[in-house]
Amino acid sequence: MRGRQTGLRAAALALALLAAAGCSTVATDPRDPFEGFNRAMYAFNDGLDQVAVKPVSRAYKAVAPEPLRGMVRNFFANIDDVFNGANNMLQGKFLDGWTDWFRVVVNTTFGVLGINDVASDMGLEKHNEDFGQTFAVWGVGDGPYLMLPFFGPYTLRDSGGLIFDWELDPVVRARPIALRNSLIATRFVSKRTDLLDASRVMEEAALDRYTFLRDAYLQRRRSLIYDGNPPRERRPQE
Amino acid sequence: MSKWIASAAFAFAAAAGAQDTPPGELVKSVMLDIQASVAQDKDLQAGDRDKTIALIEQKALPHFNFVSMTSLAVGPAWQKATPEQKKRLVEGFRGLLTRTYASSVNSFRDQKLDFRPVRMKPADTDVTVLVRVLQSGAQPLDIEYDMEKTVRGWKCYDVRVGGISLVVNYRTEFANLVREGGVDGLINALEAKNKSAERPAAATAKK
Repeated sequence: MRGRQTGLRAAALALALLAAAGCSTVATDPRDPFEGFNRAMYAFNDGLDQVAVKPVSRAYKAVAPEPLRGMVRNFFANIDDVFNGANNMLQGKFLDGWTDWFRVVVNTTFGVLGINDVASDMGLEKHNEDFGQTFAVWGVGDGPYLMLPFFGPYTLRDSGGLIFDWELDPVVRARPIALRNSLIATRFVSKRTDLLDASRVMEEAALDRYTFLRDAYLQRRRSLIYDGNPPRERRPQE
Repeated sequence: MSKWIASAAFAFAAAAGAQDTPPGELVKSVMLDIQASVAQDKDLQAGDRDKTIALIEQKALPHFNFVSMTSLAVGPAWQKATPEQKKRLVEGFRGLLTRTYASSVNSFRDQKLDFRPVRMKPADTDVTVLVRVLQSGAQPLDIEYDMEKTVRGWKCYDVRVGGISLVVNYRTEFANLVREGGVDGLINALEAKNKSAERPAAATAKK
């Protein structure tokens, strides 16, 4: 109950900030009308990342050998498969949905509580689904791009999806609170560690990291919504 | 013995020119060749950047069409650029892409790759080659190479990783820079980025 109130308060605050930012920003990209606000949030997230999150992730990578990190990754990935399945069902992809749920059964039993991804070795491929994608399949448009504090890049639709992802997440619902917090922190560090290589590539590639990340995120989401086969955009004439 | 003949035949085919190598086989041979090189070399595994760049300059970059990539990323402004500007744009973008590529080589060094068969007709001149990176606890990562047939063999003009097109991703950035400072503004930004990236590399090499 208390968690919900904090969530609502945070949402109200975010909306107020958005409204304030919307008035003062000169937008150049129609997909990103709140660019001023988003850039400020990006600076905040990036600062936090440089100071705290990235160092912790590097330490985790240095201390924990890959087999152990793999087990941590797989444990949380197994929980995700429950919701990959649910979202595939909601999108009418029943075969994929059953595959996801069968993966959970296989990995929870033969994979010992999910720490081994034996289902992938058996050829049962993992999917990547969430409520944001489900809403997109149901016809909800992207909405404006939003850089959320702590959570990173989203669109308005995907932030709506995030509320469902988050509220239903067994890790977030875990009790006592101390256990929940350490589970959330562990999962976060595990995910950030897996992105260390990608973020280094991005630093190398981008002229303006904010724009590069935004465009990459929007392209990635489009690809995920279409399960890797988005309608091909026409090659502009030379 | 048959292995030796096969590799001799392969070397001969390579020497005769890669013109006739179908795009799927070309991608496969280049990727496996790079993986094998990294597996044999301690410096490459440690992330030695100069050596990594030398490796991809030799093995991979000849199969890219940087003029196509640049024109696609620059968009409408490409038309208005002078030949000299075009040359500098291609050089700048090539440098940027080369270093980006180099920084990703190590991530794929011991990944299982699944080379998907390419569906194409003999007359096709533009195909996509799909390679999937299989990973535990995550959805397989798709790498797609858009390839076009040229007189000098099949050349790659865009790479999509997890659905993110490299060329498309630069379009907004490039368009913003052209709007602010014209084509020369974009050239300067590319050259400045390349220069700033060379300096820390030299500094770490000395250490």
